[in-house]
Amino acid sequence: MKKSFLPLAGLLLAASFPAQAVDRGEMLANSCFSCHGYDGKNTGASIPALGQYPASLIVSQMKAYRDGTRSGTIMNRHAKGYTDEEIELMAKYIGKQGL
Amino acid sequence: MTNKYTLGLTRRQILQLGAAGIAVPALAAVTGCTTTQGRRGSGEVVVIGGGFGGTAAAKYLKRYNPQLNVTLVEPNKTYVTCPGSNWVIGGFTEMQEITHTYDGVKQRGVNVVHETVVGVDTDKQQVKLSNGQTLAYDKLVVSPGIDFKWDVHQGVDADTAKSLPHAYKAGEQTLLLRDQLRAMKDGGTFVLIAPPNPFRCPPGPYERVGTIAHYLKHNKPKSKILVLDQKNAFSKQGLFMEGWETQYGQMIEYVKLDDGGKLNAIDVKNKVIDADYGEVKADVINYIAPQKAGKLAQMMGLTNESGFCPVNQQTFESTLQPNVYVIGDACIAGPMPKSGHSATSQAKAMAANMVLAMAGQDTVSAKNVNTCYSLVTPDYAISVAAVYDVVDGKIVEVKGAGGVSPMGATPQVRKQEALYTRGWYRSITDEVWG
Repeated sequence: MKKSFLPLAGLLLAASFPAQAVDRGEMLANSCFSCHGYDGKNTGASIPALGQYPASLIVSQMKAYRDGTRSGTIMNRHAKGYTDEEIELMAKYIGKQGL
Repeated sequence: MTNKYTLGLTRRQILQLGAAGIAVPALAAVTGCTTTQGRRGSGEVVVIGGGFGGTAAAKYLKRYNPQLNVTLVEPNKTYVTCPGSNWVIGGFTEMQEITHTYDGVKQRGVNVVHETVVGVDTDKQQVKLSNGQTLAYDKLVVSPGIDFKWDVHQGVDADTAKSLPHAYKAGEQTLLLRDQLRAMKDGGTFVLIAPPNPFRCPPGPYERVGTIAHYLKHNKPKSKILVLDQKNAFSKQGLFMEGWETQYGQMIEYVKLDDGGKLNAIDVKNKVIDADYGEVKADVINYIAPQKAGKLAQMMGLTNESGFCPVNQQTFESTLQPNVYVIGDACIAGPMPKSGHSATSQAKAMAANMVLAMAGQDTVSAKNVNTCYSLVTPDYAISVAAVYDVVDGKIVEVKGAGGVSPMGATPQVRKQEALYTRGWYRSITDEVWG
């Protein structure tokens, strides 16, 4: 009994902390969903679905929009709202889901 | 086992949680094991209102914590969005394109109840429905949208909308205004009375001016649009005015509050408007009445003297009622405009922080976002965007970010933004109802 108790307790603890998954990366990436597709998935919209993009590309392009080395219609205005760390966290989350 | 939250934690992380002293005592975990209800992290959440805010809240609560029992209460079986409704009035979008069902959120595990709320007992934490059913909650989310103040101007009351549609809650009102526009004679006068601040969708009345002008230009080119504004400035004003002038010439006359826009009374039956500007005989009147938070918010005592709901700016918990959260147009969220995009953003921040709080963890600062596209013609759009942070308990705009489309941009840029306007609509409605 005692042997099986520890893993069981572990599972319960895990179940007790669902909030562990609501980290900043997910919350930041969730902001992208409204235009770039829920979970980054393509919905046939005229806006690129980010789930198809490697995280590194999202990072480099967000920084380029922010710093003005790439111009867009609206992305420069959004990208300026985020720090390097935030861009990396959101890209890691949305990029890793992919299609 | 698709519960990524359970799988996402390695055994080492669990031990680290224990070591950090933030794990629940083993006893609590074991107690949780013996009952299926009442596990830490599970609970009952009721969400009232199936618009952008409420539906997104229900969906993201299930996403962030699948153990929650989430019930969405919305009287209507389908939802017609206000975004896109100006395109229907202008005649280039069909109602079915802006009508959504709750099948998507149902498939994601949300209980959807199509009933009207008749009362909320915040002491007993119960919601009473029109069918006699009672829903108990641990946390209640309220996203009731807006209601109108019919006592500001003389000659109008709640019945006025039956003959002079506000078309500011989409659905039948949208079609009524569209049909009145279609029935108007060429050479007629369309008068739009824009509301004072604060109100739902700050660019909304002005996008509508453009889509109506588009219809008139192609169908009744001798007609005129008169805008009587109950304020002195509006969202994306320079861009709208540039668009109106280049696309519609002299068709639109805009009168701000201090230049005669101030409305005194409407003779609803004869469609005669008494404004400081003078007396105007109109063919169609779109009276968008001054606004306050939705009826439910008033009924529950969630509003302050402004008519809207004060909330904690990070968690969206009401400052007036415990365990009640208010999101969307009804809440006061600093500089965030009352928009579908803002409501969706607030829903996510609220849902994440609620899940964290129910698990006994600290709140996380989430950056809120708003994006509002407006069409001037079906191929000409302008936008405003902003990113928000919470600083010292207040929602503030991130400096240097956000802003509006450039003035004097090329037709290609305007067309590109029109394409993105439709893309935004498609994406966000899929995010919320898909």
